[in-house]
Amino acid sequence: MIRTPLRPLARILPARDKGENTQAIERENIRQRHEEMRDRARTRAEGRLLVLGIFFFCAFSVVGGRMAMMATSEAVEPLTSATGAAIAAQRADIVDRQGRILATNFETHSLYAQPPTLVDPLAAAAGLAGIFPDLDHDRLVRDFTGKRKFVWIKKKISPEQMQAVHDLGDPGLLFGPREMRLYPNGRLAAHVMGGASFGKEGVNSAEVIGVAGVEKQFDGYLRDPGNGGAPLQLSLDLTVQAAAERVLYGGMKIMNAKGATSILMDVHTGEVISVVSLPDFDPNDRPAPPVEGDPSDSPLFNRAVQGVYELGSTFKIFAAAQAMDLGLVNPSTIVDIRGPLKWGKFSIKDFHNYGNELSVTKIIVKSSNIGTARLAQQIGPKRQQEFLNSLGMMDPTPFEIVEAAGGQPLMPKNWSELSAMTISYGHGLSTSPMHLAAGYAAIANGGHYVSPTILKQSGPQHGPRVLSEPAANAARDMLRLVVTEGTASFGEVPGYHVGGKTGTADKPKPRGGYYDDKVIATFASLFPANDPKYVLIVTLDEPTETSGPAPRRTAGWTAVPVAAEMIGRIAPLLGLRPDVVPGQLAGITLTSN
Amino acid sequence: MKSVAYVLTAMLVFSLAFWAYRENYATQQVLSETQRLQREIGSAKLRLSVLRAEWAYLNRPDRLMELSEINYDRLGLQPLRPDQFGRIDEVSYPPEPLLPITNPVDVSTMAGEQQP
Repeated sequence: MIRTPLRPLARILPARDKGENTQAIERENIRQRHEEMRDRARTRAEGRLLVLGIFFFCAFSVVGGRMAMMATSEAVEPLTSATGAAIAAQRADIVDRQGRILATNFETHSLYAQPPTLVDPLAAAAGLAGIFPDLDHDRLVRDFTGKRKFVWIKKKISPEQMQAVHDLGDPGLLFGPREMRLYPNGRLAAHVMGGASFGKEGVNSAEVIGVAGVEKQFDGYLRDPGNGGAPLQLSLDLTVQAAAERVLYGGMKIMNAKGATSILMDVHTGEVISVVSLPDFDPNDRPAPPVEGDPSDSPLFNRAVQGVYELGSTFKIFAAAQAMDLGLVNPSTIVDIRGPLKWGKFSIKDFHNYGNELSVTKIIVKSSNIGTARLAQQIGPKRQQEFLNSLGMMDPTPFEIVEAAGGQPLMPKNWSELSAMTISYGHGLSTSPMHLAAGYAAIANGGHYVSPTILKQSGPQHGPRVLSEPAANAARDMLRLVVTEGTASFGEVPGYHVGGKTGTADKPKPRGGYYDDKVIATFASLFPANDPKYVLIVTLDEPTETSGPAPRRTAGWTAVPVAAEMIGRIAPLLGLRPDVVPGQLAGITLTSN
Repeated sequence: MKSVAYVLTAMLVFSLAFWAYRENYATQQVLSETQRLQREIGSAKLRLSVLRAEWAYLNRPDRLMELSEINYDRLGLQPLRPDQFGRIDEVSYPPEPLLPITNPVDVSTMAGEQQP
């Protein structure tokens, strides 16, 4: 680059001669140079601006053009991506712990009509009334000949009915695809399943929503396409559930009970293997909720989690276990049980007179109300309340079906010393059988609280410790003695070492007071008692055993034999070996020892 | 020299255009094939779900119980009971094979000789 000198001699010398200021020439040249530099910079900047402008214009036109194209074109399924192959059903399946189907979907059709396009409305109405006997012929004629443009006729029709409608051949009768929920096992585990129905409905599809049970509780999960159709795996076992329902139904009939419930729970994982509430219903055809009468008489009522009852003497073991845990007594401590025990104007009596004093073990074995009340006096209301709270007896169970939230235990507002005494033998505090199962599970597994769950677990729950291990083991041994020499002698199942506690509570009248001849009989058991794996609660509502001269209603005569039969049936299904030397079976010879 | 380069470039452009044309059609064919396969997969899955539902329906405990009662004469099936557990040492070993016969004696002719 050629630099122009700021003080060119050719101009400086003549200027000096004339006596002019040479500084002016230099300033003039500097000004010119700056002007040139400014012009160059300006051109360059303008060029850059232009390039940037063109770039942004192109970029925005591409974005705008793409948006316009996407807005105007039809949506197309992406075919090139490999993951597009997973066509998920609208709602995931529900399976049992071994993957057997409990609920699935089924393709079916809905039927609707567009009256303006009907060729012969009267013939169509007559034909439809012939195919579907429950449709009203006159109503159809009114709908088809009136002003309506669109009429729903049936929400779900079978393939045979669809073919019959096809054969009517009217172009105004149209079908829409429907996915319906199917429970292939019928009434099995009806209360857990709940049921499903249609939500928002369109011609081409309808939303399937859960209305009760796990279907409602896990509605979001089941409908989430992000799961890729992975089924919801429950902790239930189909085989065990079927056997339990059968045995319980038989027991309910033999004992003339109006309702029954049973819960089988794994004491380490908290998994509920089977939960039955009778009477039940078919979730494929869920009955309408009752509008009058006692809701607990409806088959929809889930006694296992919603039925809040005073469960009677089954609670005594909690008082004994807590007293041993606190170090107040040991199993052989002698307690004064002279009765009746007076407290204000209230007096506590025993079923029989058991003498003047009994050891703690004997109090449980004989089921002495006075003895347990004495233990509760030693524990005190505050500590008893804390202990029962840690066993989850104050809140609805965390069991994952929507009905469980309705099982709020009923307890006295003012937890006085008298309340503590009555609650210790199971009166004054009403809980659901599911609460009782969780409480017994804590005794059975060595003192950890486990929350009952309907979902399959991968390992044991290590819940908070509520009892020391020695106290839990001592309580377990007492429960075993109740079966071998106490009130639950019918509960013995050879080889399974059943331990448990009976409870017979008078039913409260709706207007206060108690019925004389209506009881809730409960047997809360654990097996095998030397290393408990399962807790089984059997509750019968208003049972009467009539084989003797006088009707018998105590749990030892009603709930216990049913529970024993159930353990005999389901323990082999659970893979539990009886702990006895089996007799010689035909065809098997002993060849070596 | 320059014209040769022009001709070569033109031929290159032609061949690229032909290649692009063929690829375009091949892609479209693969896409329609994919679509067909995915429809097939969809209907197969639907059929499978119906079959699974039917399998579950046919295997429902109520029906199996009824079938075992109907066929009690032939099958003799009853619910599992605790006393049906055996121990592994109660199962006998298979009988030992018979010793091989090293000196066979023909008995058929002996019988024949005795008969007149």
